[in-house]
Amino acid sequence: MLRTLLSEDLPKSRVLAFLLAAIVLALFLTPFLVPGAKAMGVAAKILVFVVLVASYDLLLGYTGIVSFAHTMFFGIGAYGVAIAFTRLGPSWGALAAGLAGAVLLSALLAFVIGLFSLRVRAIFYAMITLAVASAFQTLASQLSDLTGGEDGLNFKVPEVLSPAFELHPDPVLGASLDGKLLTYYLVFAAAMLLFLAMLRIINSPFGRVLVAIRENDFRAEALGYRVVVYRTWSNVLAAVFATLAGSLLALWLRYNGPDTSLSFEIMLDILLMVVIGGMGTLYGALVGAALFVVAQSYLQDLLRLAHGALEGVPVVSALASPDRWLFWLGLLFVLSVYYFPAGIVGRLGNKR
Amino acid sequence: MNRAHLPLILVPALALLALPLVGSLPSWATLTIAGLAMGMIIFVIASGLTLIFGLMDVLNFGHGAFISLGAYVAMAVMLPMAGSLETASFAATLAMLVPVTLAAMAVTGAIGLAFERVIIRPVYGQHLKQILITMGGMIVAEELIKAIWGPQQIPLNLPGSLKGSLLVGEAAIEKYRLLAVGIGLAVFLAMLWTLNRTKIGLLIRAGVQDREMVESLGYRIRTLFVGVFVAGSALAGLGGVLWGLYQQNITAAMGAQVNVLIFIVIIIGGLGSTAGCFVGALLVGLMANYTGFLAPKVALFSNILLMTAILLWRPQGLYPVANR
Amino acid sequence: MSDALLSLEGVETHIGRYHILHGVDFAVPKGELTMLLGRNGAGKTTTLRTIMGLWRASAGRVRFEGADIAALPTPAIAASGIAYVPENMGIFTDLTVAENMTLAARGAKRLADIDTARLEWIFGLFPALRKFWGSRAGVLSGGQKQMLAVARAIVEPRKLLLIDEPTKGLAPAIIGHMMDAFRELKRSGATILLVEQNFNFARALGDGVAVMDDGRIVHRGRMRELAEDEALQTRLLGLSLAAHQ
Repeated sequence: MLRTLLSEDLPKSRVLAFLLAAIVLALFLTPFLVPGAKAMGVAAKILVFVVLVASYDLLLGYTGIVSFAHTMFFGIGAYGVAIAFTRLGPSWGALAAGLAGAVLLSALLAFVIGLFSLRVRAIFYAMITLAVASAFQTLASQLSDLTGGEDGLNFKVPEVLSPAFELHPDPVLGASLDGKLLTYYLVFAAAMLLFLAMLRIINSPFGRVLVAIRENDFRAEALGYRVVVYRTWSNVLAAVFATLAGSLLALWLRYNGPDTSLSFEIMLDILLMVVIGGMGTLYGALVGAALFVVAQSYLQDLLRLAHGALEGVPVVSALASPDRWLFWLGLLFVLSVYYFPAGIVGRLGNKR
Repeated sequence: MNRAHLPLILVPALALLALPLVGSLPSWATLTIAGLAMGMIIFVIASGLTLIFGLMDVLNFGHGAFISLGAYVAMAVMLPMAGSLETASFAATLAMLVPVTLAAMAVTGAIGLAFERVIIRPVYGQHLKQILITMGGMIVAEELIKAIWGPQQIPLNLPGSLKGSLLVGEAAIEKYRLLAVGIGLAVFLAMLWTLNRTKIGLLIRAGVQDREMVESLGYRIRTLFVGVFVAGSALAGLGGVLWGLYQQNITAAMGAQVNVLIFIVIIIGGLGSTAGCFVGALLVGLMANYTGFLAPKVALFSNILLMTAILLWRPQGLYPVANR
Repeated sequence: MSDALLSLEGVETHIGRYHILHGVDFAVPKGELTMLLGRNGAGKTTTLRTIMGLWRASAGRVRFEGADIAALPTPAIAASGIAYVPENMGIFTDLTVAENMTLAARGAKRLADIDTARLEWIFGLFPALRKFWGSRAGVLSGGQKQMLAVARAIVEPRKLLLIDEPTKGLAPAIIGHMMDAFRELKRSGATILLVEQNFNFARALGDGVAVMDDGRIVHRGRMRELAEDEALQTRLLGLSLAAHQ
């Protein structure tokens, strides 16, 4: 049963299996284990990023493509839901319409960009996506009638999912049984489902061809696989999963704006999570996202302490300022690319 | 011959095409000069990047960090001279700006040397890691700049004698933009001269085409590459000074923003080609200013469209480099 | 062979995970033209590239004037007096013929620094180069490019020339011209190691010969003896060379 669910791609070591099980269990129980809005917010963010990072790994780790436009698709998903709810009101129909529209737009865009630029070298693709993504971000904040501009959109979700909805008046184990809790479990279920779907994809014959292309595209081409076609499909798939992750984020936050889903910093976060978790292994996304989001949410507190201790030392104390957390993550990123290219999961024995 | 010169016509063609759309000749002249100035500055920045790529197949996603760094160093050096810069004559201003620029170039060149050793050298020939590592290097550099000079935007005032415009007929031409065009042109000519008339230049051009043969002739291409990397970083620093004065304010993120334009430019030009980089930079500069005037909302998009159109015409860019 | 300018002793070369050279031993005597023959894929080009340091020998020695150069970087090997003409000729097509020559002349800072008497001698060998002196090398024909490639190798006196298949893809008339040029080079006292597929060309020019197969030297001797022994030719070289004639 578990074997089938994981598409026969079981974690390769006991430590890793234990770690993964612990993360999933912790995510499942967060609302009851650690009461409070912050913990649940962090856990939901982890869930969204597990899907987003895994979808990015489909590109980077499994296909060997570096794209800087992944947040564009993430943003399309978030904006799709946000705009649909804003325009059509808080109904399930609006959610469906927003999802469908966003997925279609993303797939189409990914298809066009892919066909256009995946014939050429990896570096070309990286540059073109960087340019396209930054243009898209500008566009999103310019079209303020539709997107709410820099302020973004606040919207209402279907009643069952709104915090005002009460399942039961009394809290259970410190967690109030409200719409927020329902939304959390909706996000949890969706994230798990999407993750398993991606696991299925990479373990299908299609996924194996992708790996063959990554290892040696000339040989794959010589064996009769149309490399461009496979790359384009992998691009489209990754874009669709990123879009769905964006929708989950918007649904959870009941808000979306350029900084929450489109900013380049999120793109860097994704890169960091993929690299730290381990490229070319979807389980890496789970570990990377969990570790990173927790660190990001609590690193600033830690830096605040360090900052206090280093007061008076120039530059160094400035670097320890909580606002400079990106410096430490950047450093960690560079070091991990050098020394742990296989990431944590690779270290734990789940070599691709 | 035709094939080589055809792209050059694009620049005047774009300018002429914009004339009826803009409508008035004076506005058009102002926009054209602004576009050329912006294009020249972008060229100064992008030329180093395209040469670095051409010579060693290294794409430095962290190139933008040198732009910001150059601008901040210039700001720091100019700060104590602010008073005299405000009142000095044109000639005296230029004389004072020379050490400012040299300081910016020296610092970015030196940091470039370290960047090449620490960040890039370990990942030669591995594109994926190169992209990731240099990107990481840029994040770290940007954060360092914020830690040293603070995260806020800093105004960078033009010296008094460079403020204001010259009236040519009815067209108002900003003095600083003219100066930027002049400096850009000077850099371009100096670069052309170096590449075509000096032995180092010949070696660079030969190395872009066939590294192995250059080594087989007895030249150490590594030394050559480090030199080009340092020069490219210093040029990015110079570009940062020019860009900062053009925008009249600087932020740590300015480099990352310009990076996007630079990538568009070197893709349009053909990765590794200096001439292509020049034409591409002018096209992007003009396009940005014309569309900024005609339809501000699509300004950044216009450059993507330009890139798309050119790649449809020549998939490897305007001047494809052999063996790449 | 005490007068060997270059000698290879047990050279092994790996390219990636492929083991290409399995202990190559042979010597190039000073002042001679040594032919390196063998089928496609026998390891001739890899041997030249290993001498130049473009591939690294994983075992064995490459002695040049007595010193082991196997670990030196390519530019240092070139600077010690070895010129190399690769199979693809390595012409810088974006540069002019004159610029190609200037780069090959390490001692020359500018074009004007090239020894004019020597340049005249080269123009005598390859008159086409004078005609196209200021043109982009990209416009040259295949034969002219090959002439430029050889001319680059001899623009300054070098102790040893490594030349990979100078007749590849050339028309018979041009091969004749190339043969004349090599005769003149031999007369000038040059030491040459030449990889060849064209047996007629090899027979006409070679002093010594080494034949490779499957990454090993399978025959060493004088060219004259090999040229007279048809049975040996067939055994060593099979039909692949005959097909080139």
